[in-house]
Amino acid sequence: MRRLSLDPVRGLEKLARYPFHVLSWVDAGGYPMSVAIGASISPGARTATFVPPAGLPVPTDREISLTGSHIRPQPGYGYDERRHVTAWGRAVRQGEALVLTATSAWGWDEQELPFFEYSERSVGQSRRYFDALSAERGTPVKPRLSPGWLILRATRLPFLSATIVPVVLGIAIAAAHGAFDLVTAVLTLIGASFAQLGLNVANDVFDSMQGADEANVTPTRYSGGSRVIQYGLVTFRRMAATAATFYVAAAAIGLVLLALRGSFALLTIGVVGFVISLAYTAPPLKLVYRGLGEIAVAVGFGPLMLVGAYVVQTGGALSWEPVVASIPIALLVALILYVNEIPDRRGDEHAGKRTLPVRFGRDAVILGYDLTVVAAYAALVIGVALGVLPIPTLLALLTIPLAYRVHAGLRPNYDNPYGLMAVMAVNIQVHLFAGVLLLAAYLIVLVVGALAPGVPLFIR
Amino acid sequence: MSALPEPVEELLEAALVAELTVVRADGRPVTYPLIPLYDGERIYMTSSVLFSRKLEHIRGNSRVAVSITDPVAVGGRKDRATIQGDARVIDEDPHGGWERLLPIWERKEPAIVAFLKQRVALPLFFERALIEVTPRRAFLWPNGLTGAAPRVSNAEGVR
Repeated sequence: MRRLSLDPVRGLEKLARYPFHVLSWVDAGGYPMSVAIGASISPGARTATFVPPAGLPVPTDREISLTGSHIRPQPGYGYDERRHVTAWGRAVRQGEALVLTATSAWGWDEQELPFFEYSERSVGQSRRYFDALSAERGTPVKPRLSPGWLILRATRLPFLSATIVPVVLGIAIAAAHGAFDLVTAVLTLIGASFAQLGLNVANDVFDSMQGADEANVTPTRYSGGSRVIQYGLVTFRRMAATAATFYVAAAAIGLVLLALRGSFALLTIGVVGFVISLAYTAPPLKLVYRGLGEIAVAVGFGPLMLVGAYVVQTGGALSWEPVVASIPIALLVALILYVNEIPDRRGDEHAGKRTLPVRFGRDAVILGYDLTVVAAYAALVIGVALGVLPIPTLLALLTIPLAYRVHAGLRPNYDNPYGLMAVMAVNIQVHLFAGVLLLAAYLIVLVVGALAPGVPLFIR
Repeated sequence: MSALPEPVEELLEAALVAELTVVRADGRPVTYPLIPLYDGERIYMTSSVLFSRKLEHIRGNSRVAVSITDPVAVGGRKDRATIQGDARVIDEDPHGGWERLLPIWERKEPAIVAFLKQRVALPLFFERALIEVTPRRAFLWPNGLTGAAPRVSNAEGVR
């Protein structure tokens, strides 16, 4: 763990790099006093020697400090390159000069400890502050977010693309096969979305129970969970209740769909999906803790969602086409989790969450990405070559340059969680845009099928 | 009504960063770099609850010093100044109470408004307290020459 407290020698080494120093002490009147001086620093001897400021008595009977502070002004923006360091000790007089012998030091340099990680490591301090404020006022004082932002954050709403893509694609394929019902299509989308929101929230609940989110000090916009429990924005109990509510709502819609379009295939898919969703982080299976999260996500957000949406429309009739179409979607959605686990790996390891990036080294993890993304595109090409998927689905190959950007960004940013944020964003786009292009392909199939039924859309 | 000498006020208006020095319970001084915001009477600083140790120190001992020492942070001005004063932590509403200082803050750090719009990304950073410093004495070193005795003035007119 990187800490802000420093060994005095290290503190003085850092202090020596500043062009001047701020000498601080508490004066006879009890007020602190600070004056800029130039100290001659000898880290090896643990000393800083300086001429005291004129007309201001610097005490030698108590601890004083020397601080170095730096920013780089950025007009129209503010500033950056923040760093500061302070060393404490007592001073003794040596002729005209004072010699401070450092006994302790602390500091922060945002190039060594990024601001976001520094903030995350300070969450405990914010909790103590709110606890003290609550005790002082005799009523709970908590951090807040507006309801809209809170819902967005707690449920990780933007990740719903993982559900929308396969469900709408399954509906589109069914429509291309002549089966479409608007009411059940909308119900499927809502029910599946509730299931994912339940999973997202339950994932935070179980990760909090098992300490995984607490141990992660490098969360990003795409990884590390919603953190609303850790930040005190929502109680653990309320998050658990929210997860249960989403699951109940999803199950209720599932029952309605079974009543309207019941089939053995839909029942099986619903039950398997529910079990995988719960087993993802919940004991005893905790699939994601065993390095099986990617498989669970691939199955859940690939074939189960896509084929599930398909069979709702067809009333249970199955076909190879939605199954094969779900393979690239499954692999690309699994890669979202896979890449997002890279910055979380230290916290995950600390919490016993043995994800694939925890189990394997950098080269193996990047190779795993490469092989999986190639498999996703290969599945598509093979599906078309075998005449299972329509030719326009090759449009999804247009996302290959994005996937290459992910590949190229992984190695240089592997140990930099904040540098990885841009890579994670592109990786999410690969899945989303591939899904959108597959949808566009099926729109083409529908339009061509309606306007020019004789035009061949499959390689036969 | 202005309580501080004009050159000190100019430094406060210009400074992107000042050093706030507070006194710990064990009597040691602790120095924090913070943006000084000046309303013509009092000096304000804000602190996120994430980095709220300084607020605890101020609650224990309200005597503080604000120094402006870095020529780079004051646009090349050479004067240096330190203001001793009494601080008060204002945190009745950590969520939004501090936002009344946003216009002055934005003048020094324009990016803060854009950051605030992304509050959802870093919610605890924007749970903040105000530190209100009532000046008592000001020390000015013209041209930043701290080898010479400072000009000392008592801040008057501020209660």
